[in-house]
Amino acid sequence: MKRSRTVIRAAILAVIFLGIAVAVYNAFIKDKTVVQVDHEAPDFVLPTLQGDQFQLSEQRGKGVVLNFWGTWCEPCKDEMPALEKVYQDFKDQGVTVIALNIGETDVSVKSFREQYDLTFPIVMDQKKEITQLYGIGPIPTTYFIDQHGIVKKIVIGGPMSEQSITDNVMLIKPE
Amino acid sequence: MENVKCECGHVSPIGTVLCEACGNPIGKEIKDESSVIDMRYEGVARRSQTFNKTIVDKVWNFFASVKIAVYMIVIALLASVLGTVFPQEMYIPVLKPASVYYEEAYGLLGEIYYLLGFHNLYTSWWYVSLLLAIGISLVVCSIDRVVPLYKALNKQRVKHSTNFLVRQRLATTLPVTDNWEPQLGRVEELLKKRRYRIRREGDSLLAEKSRFSRWGPYINHIGLIIFLIGCLFRLIPGWYLDQYVWVRDGETKKVPETEYYVKSEGFSVEYYDKDEFVDDIGLEEGMQVIKTYRTKAVLYENVNEGLPGSEPKLEEVTRHDILVNHPLEYKDLQLFQSGQKPNSLAALNMSLVTEKTGEQIGTFKIDLFEPKDAYQINDQTRVEVLEYYPDFELNKEKKPSTKSSTPNNPAFILNVVSPEVPQGEKVWLFLGSYLPAPGVENIYGFNFAMPDLTNITGLMVRKDKSLPLIYFGCFISMIGLVMGFYWQHRRIWIQTEKDVIYLAGHTNKNWFGLKNEMESVMKKADIPVNLVDKEKGGKPS
Repeated sequence: MKRSRTVIRAAILAVIFLGIAVAVYNAFIKDKTVVQVDHEAPDFVLPTLQGDQFQLSEQRGKGVVLNFWGTWCEPCKDEMPALEKVYQDFKDQGVTVIALNIGETDVSVKSFREQYDLTFPIVMDQKKEITQLYGIGPIPTTYFIDQHGIVKKIVIGGPMSEQSITDNVMLIKPE
Repeated sequence: MENVKCECGHVSPIGTVLCEACGNPIGKEIKDESSVIDMRYEGVARRSQTFNKTIVDKVWNFFASVKIAVYMIVIALLASVLGTVFPQEMYIPVLKPASVYYEEAYGLLGEIYYLLGFHNLYTSWWYVSLLLAIGISLVVCSIDRVVPLYKALNKQRVKHSTNFLVRQRLATTLPVTDNWEPQLGRVEELLKKRRYRIRREGDSLLAEKSRFSRWGPYINHIGLIIFLIGCLFRLIPGWYLDQYVWVRDGETKKVPETEYYVKSEGFSVEYYDKDEFVDDIGLEEGMQVIKTYRTKAVLYENVNEGLPGSEPKLEEVTRHDILVNHPLEYKDLQLFQSGQKPNSLAALNMSLVTEKTGEQIGTFKIDLFEPKDAYQINDQTRVEVLEYYPDFELNKEKKPSTKSSTPNNPAFILNVVSPEVPQGEKVWLFLGSYLPAPGVENIYGFNFAMPDLTNITGLMVRKDKSLPLIYFGCFISMIGLVMGFYWQHRRIWIQTEKDVIYLAGHTNKNWFGLKNEMESVMKKADIPVNLVDKEKGGKPS
């Protein structure tokens, strides 16, 4: 009698704790961000400012610095010269910079590109679908993706210094 | 520790306060007193009050304590208050990481607030754990009490120890009358009429009614537990979605986190006519009262679940006029009317004129969401768009920039190219005005016609598969409350020992009502009694 009661109570507690463990795991421990370090960056296709199609997976073999930005965002603007510098330094070493503009018009971005003398490709996420897919919060947000399409580093916020961009680029530079 | 043996010979398990068989007070503290006995849980041994040896016991006892439950609820309340001191992370008004924002906006206190994790308080592990612990407590407290209570009430006997009877809150003794036998029969009849269930053993009687009222609190708790489980189910991927989407008239937009697209075929606001009001509600001239917000919505499914960003292949699945409280519903998805930006700027209708004479050269329309690179006015004249700031402002360095990508305050740098000015003539174009470069006399000027306006509707996107369960839990909880509040569990004992009649009564509430009922029944059976509520004014706790 006494033994069975202890068993019943232990069973009740076990069921409750198990249920809660599952819930807590789902809610907190499991990383729900779509894009995680050491995981593959979700593939996407978007038009570039020039009107070409850009597909992320076609960049395999190269390291990719994927930068989410908008012209209204001051830190994004502030880090643009550094990104351009890094692009120039590493473009012959198999690393490219892709700036993904969030929901702006071609005209605004074109004039911005001219103002800042940017030469790296800019892709236009006019409908903000890729921004949603990547779960972008504050911008700038920058992903450093290696030659196999694996995210090696995520930097949220900015502006990043040229030095810190270079340091992160070293993580993704193909051998 | 051993089991306890009562005078009647019955052996009750350890921790028993009132003998399981005869009700004789056998608990150590109350055995030799004469005060009113505490009838809580019928004096049975509750697990949590009895054993505290193994880990299972200790965990069980922790959660079975109402005192601890109350502390946990108070802590949860205080924590909830704390979470409102500064805005939660998701309500930070500027696009800045939380690590920077709190310190900048609120100084040291803000930094501490952030470091302690209060910026995400309501989803922090400890806050949620606290809520869950309250939930566990609810389950364990209930089981710890309801099981022994059910057993005790189920196997209660008619005859009790006289000690049990005289120590009831409503109790009296009287001498056996001459015709006690028929009078007891009469009492039984009267009690039956009052819907008591009667059990008799010789000249002893137990009358009981509305026992189910005792289960009210536990049924209420079951409802709350179902409610909590429903809330937890929201954590299952795909069960719950809370999003928002702004759609312009005629625009088709992806519904966030779903495979659906929504198109607005027009958002409109209707107002009440003056004659629709029965009374004068004091509207001044020009004031209006809104009758409906309406979005003519079409829902599409993307059947081309290809690469993100690739062109969707849309198939219409449903269409509906969304009104407030009348959402578009498709499968689990609901789109609610929730916001509006009527008459937002959509396009500027411009005409190019000569500055001196005002003579019109031609017209052009600048779409603010998709401006072209250049507008051909006639064979020789072209207006180029050099720069576009949808939400113009001068930034800290006094340079032109945009506050957002929404065209709230559009500004352009235009370049008019014609045979007269082959290099082009630059000009700033604002809303309703234009500004040539300093010191330059421009040939061309602009006239502004009424701009194109569009309505933007805000739709709340919801998915909530656990809602039926949550409502069901609320319903059960309500039944439990009604059971517990509107009925009382009443028991009346009449027992004859030699030449003494023992009369006692117990209820879980409304003692005055029970007292009156007992007195009136006894009076009708010609045995008038005068009962005294020994704890008038409420049970001391």
